[in-house]
Amino acid sequence: MKQPKVTAASYLGKKRLVQSGVLALIAGIYAIGCYILQFDTIQGTLSIPKAFAWLAINFMPTQSSMSYLPQIMEKLFDTVLMSIASVVVAAVIAIFFAILGSKVTGINKFMQVLVRGIASFFRNIPLVAWAMILLFSFKQSNFTGFLALLLMTIGFLIRAFMEIIEDEAGEAMMALKATGASYFQVIFQAVIPQIIPSLISWILYMIENNVRDATLVGILTGTGIGFIFDIYYKSFRFDAAGMTVLSIIVVVIGLETLSNQIRKVIL
Amino acid sequence: MISNEGTKPIVSKPSFQKDPQQKIKLHKTTASTWMIQAVTISLILITFYTLTHLNTENVKMADAFKGLMMTFNQMFLQPNAGADGFWVLLEALGVSVLLGILTTIIGAVLGFFFAVIASRNLTNAYWGAGIRALMAVVRAIPTILWALIFSIAVGLGPTAAILGLSFHSVAYLTKAYSESIEEIDPAIIDALKVTGCKFWTIVFQAVWPTIIPSLVSWTFIRLEINFANAVAVGAAAGAGGIGYQLFVTSGLSFDFHEVGYIVYMVIIVTLILEFIAVKLRQHYLGK
Repeated sequence: MKQPKVTAASYLGKKRLVQSGVLALIAGIYAIGCYILQFDTIQGTLSIPKAFAWLAINFMPTQSSMSYLPQIMEKLFDTVLMSIASVVVAAVIAIFFAILGSKVTGINKFMQVLVRGIASFFRNIPLVAWAMILLFSFKQSNFTGFLALLLMTIGFLIRAFMEIIEDEAGEAMMALKATGASYFQVIFQAVIPQIIPSLISWILYMIENNVRDATLVGILTGTGIGFIFDIYYKSFRFDAAGMTVLSIIVVVIGLETLSNQIRKVIL
Repeated sequence: MISNEGTKPIVSKPSFQKDPQQKIKLHKTTASTWMIQAVTISLILITFYTLTHLNTENVKMADAFKGLMMTFNQMFLQPNAGADGFWVLLEALGVSVLLGILTTIIGAVLGFFFAVIASRNLTNAYWGAGIRALMAVVRAIPTILWALIFSIAVGLGPTAAILGLSFHSVAYLTKAYSESIEEIDPAIIDALKVTGCKFWTIVFQAVWPTIIPSLVSWTFIRLEINFANAVAVGAAAGAGGIGYQLFVTSGLSFDFHEVGYIVYMVIIVTLILEFIAVKLRQHYLGK
């Protein structure tokens, strides 16, 4: 069989054709999307500086908005505690399921498929749906916010932990299995010690993430920092709302820096 | 003559005297293990404190769980399209998907340019540090707050939603892309530099082709996140789409059959997005 001759010119020409095709496709999707959603890109871009000018005038915390600070700090503290609690409880549940369901430590094929299905289901139900359903049964309380975050986090962490186990624990497991160790000895002496740094790294990431998500849950369920922002925002106390946003920025960046430092030590 | 004077045998019997000083250590204590223990213990203590001090507003747990089970039953076992009907919901779903796609495209294009400027191996350190700090601040503000802030500044509607979602996307993708760019083998960049290539030639002929697989996979992860965020923004900021329908049915008309229907629609879309992402990743990794 004769191979078609590939010259530099034909190769580059084909490459260029494919690239322009992909670019045209993306541009086309963008244009159609803009048309359907009636989003004017130029107008939208121009409104960004205007929006920031508006923000600088209205959202800037003033001397008087300092009086809101204790209230904001209290709610923010609650929210951080709630995110930590939801992630830790979710992690305990998720590690159990991840060991049952991962390809290397899983018991059988059926369990693997089942765990993957459960994780995907929990992960993909919108946070809004969780928040609203739980609000209906558990009323407006911190517990509702905690449950909504917990259920969402379980789905994420099962998937993450399963991938960690499959990537990192294989060799140590083999080594211990070869010595004739039992299943539980393998899990507790090889798998868990091997994956614990990555596990903690993921837990720290989820805590950061949940502080942000707790804002959304808070707006919907009337708890924590989201609720207080919503109150200020809807009663046009924009300086207090701005103060809330500033506090969130400080806390989230603080958490991020702290977890990066911890990661540097443990990894 | 072989003398037998030396009393020492050539091979001495190995001694198994136990020396307490020379125990084999099973668990090494390093800074890493100390840190892991400290973090684990403090996280558990915080969780314990939070759970025991959690405000439940005196809701009776047994009743609440029973109610929740009833709601689940209505949602997942008896879903129907309710008062809105399939076509209205499909249209709303389409709006949310488009919001997700548009904001991902904006995020990817702007994110790539910012990432190029922010990467340590391509530009000088000052630019990089500046962009990274700015992006960290943008990322720290939750998407929903960006959307709410823009909805007062430019008015409620798709424009506010798109701008709000795009801000977070750009910041997230800038970080993800610039980490991929910094992992590039410096030899590739040097090889083009010695031929006298211009900055953007290096970017598009060396950097871009090398990082395409991780670029594609990060972009699709962001697409999934953006779709979820589009649903959330629709609900909490009234920006339209399936999220708004979800909010109305579950918070105002309490039609949980319809909530279940909407949830199934959303799950189908996310599964399709995940499927495409996996296939694309396989395609690029296979090359």
